[in-house]
Order: sequence, then structure tokens, then C-alpha cells
Amino acid sequence: MKPKVAVVQFPGSNDDHDAQWALKALGADAQVVWHAETELPQATGAVVLPGGFSYGDYLRCGAIARFAPIMAAVTSFAADGGLVLGTCNGFQILCEAGLLPGVLRPNASLSFICRDVTVRVERTDTPFTSRCEPAQRLVIPIKHGEGAWYAPPDDVTWLEMNGQLVLRYEDNPNGAVADVAGVLNETGNVMGLMPHPEHAVDPLLGSGDGALILASLLDAVRERSLTAA
Amino acid sequence: MRATVLVRPKPGILDPEGEAVESSLRQLGFAVDEARVGRVIDLELADADADAARAELERACEQLLANPLIESYEIELHS
Repeated sequence: MKPKVAVVQFPGSNDDHDAQWALKALGADAQVVWHAETELPQATGAVVLPGGFSYGDYLRCGAIARFAPIMAAVTSFAADGGLVLGTCNGFQILCEAGLLPGVLRPNASLSFICRDVTVRVERTDTPFTSRCEPAQRLVIPIKHGEGAWYAPPDDVTWLEMNGQLVLRYEDNPNGAVADVAGVLNETGNVMGLMPHPEHAVDPLLGSGDGALILASLLDAVRERSLTAA
Repeated sequence: MRATVLVRPKPGILDPEGEAVESSLRQLGFAVDEARVGRVIDLELADADADAARAELERACEQLLANPLIESYEIELHS
């Protein structure tokens, strides 16, 4: 059976269909789910919060989206150990919702940055990086104005010790604290990253490295459904 | 009752918007040492009691209007 993934669509999401396309290309049954829904589709194996500018980025990026009706379902899905991946705006939403530590701040340069970056994989024993080699460098594009991850220094030390800083920039593009590009939650089932793996699933489009992240997620969904069966 | 909430980046938090404003002001010849950019939210409240309104606004700030990790807030009530 194909791993079932719900891609949440907020007003202002713009990578929802790219995420759906990429997940389908990697063998998933990926459905777009409107933000006003109160439940995830039956047998959802993973949730993806895509990139974009949900609710026009009003107040702070992701601050309004976290109150969308579907987010209550996503939060309880995550609390039950469900796999949740947020890319770019999805990462911002997960931070604002308190599902991931820290917050995303305006880029230090104040410029909107749209280009390929190289990130280093710090851990491969996660549901989001299992297909990567230890310390592998991934080339994945970023496109954001507010992608500088921040957490207070004590929290960063703790997160580092805990192995939650999973992806780091080789050449920090946005002023993120500790070069953080992607963060895992404490229980290891929720991850957010600023780069867009869904835009890097085919070497024809510049890089296929993003597929490693998405395919890792799909592997984890398959494994879990086998264990459950 | 009317209220104003002032949201500011906490001290020590990088504020690139403030830095841009600061350097622009300097270019215009203003003697500015530092600029920080925050946000102003004007509210019209149903609550008539000042204490209740303040308590309510504090909850609003913690939950939505400010992100306590990076921002401080100040509540002003106008009768």
C-alpha cells in the first residue's frame, strides 16, 4: 500500500502542489487537505506543512496559521507520535505552534534569498534523514525572507546535546543561530527545515538531494504501517 | 475601553529592520545611535474593567500578539 501523506493547504500556501507532486513521484498517496478541515484523512501516515505565505505572513510568519482548524488535528497527530514535516513556512508554523523549538526571524541581510544552499546532515537515525549518509552534504534550494532560526543560547546548547539540530548550513545564508537549517522535536517525530526538499527531487531541476528527505519520511510511514499491521 | 499593545524585539535579539532604519537615518544626517523596530496594535475592548482588560490582554500577548522568545510587550489602557 502507498504511504498516505496529508499536505495541508493554508490560504497563501504556494508549495502545496509541488510538495504533493514530489511525494507522489516518490510513491506516496499524497492528498491536499484544506486548512478549514477539522480532521486529517483516515489512515494518514504523515503530515506535510508546505511552504508559502500563509495568511499573508501577517503579524509574524506562521503566527496566524497555527490557529487554523486543521492545526488542532495536526497537533494531536504529532502528540500521538505521528510524523510531521514542515518546510519553510511550514517550519515557521510548527515553531509558532510550539511543536518545534525556536522561531524564524527576518534574514540578517533583510533580503529575500532564493538559491541553492548546502546543508550538512548531522544525524541519520531520524525518520527524515534515514536515507542520508552521516555528514552528507545536501544541495537544496531555499527561498525565504524570514528564515533565520533563533532560540535562546541555553536552549541551543540543550538542543545540540539532545541531537535535535539535524541540518546545518555549510555557508550560513540568513544569520540562523548555530547555522541551523533544520530542527527535530524532542520525541523525534516532528521536523522543520527552511530549505525546500520538494524542489530538489529530480537532477533535471538542479538537484535530487531533497528526495532523500522525503523518501526517508515515506520509508518511515511504510515501516510504521508494517509494524501496526 | 481602548488599548494599545507595543511589541518590541527583546534586547540582544538581532533586529535587521532596525539596523536598516538606523543606517538610513544616518545617511539622511540624523545623529542616531540605535534604532529598533517593533509593532503597535490598537484595540477596542468590550471589557470596561481595567484590571480584567489588562489580564485579558496579557493572555492575548502571550498567545498571539507577541512571541515571548524574541519579543517583549507593553500594554497601555486608555479610558
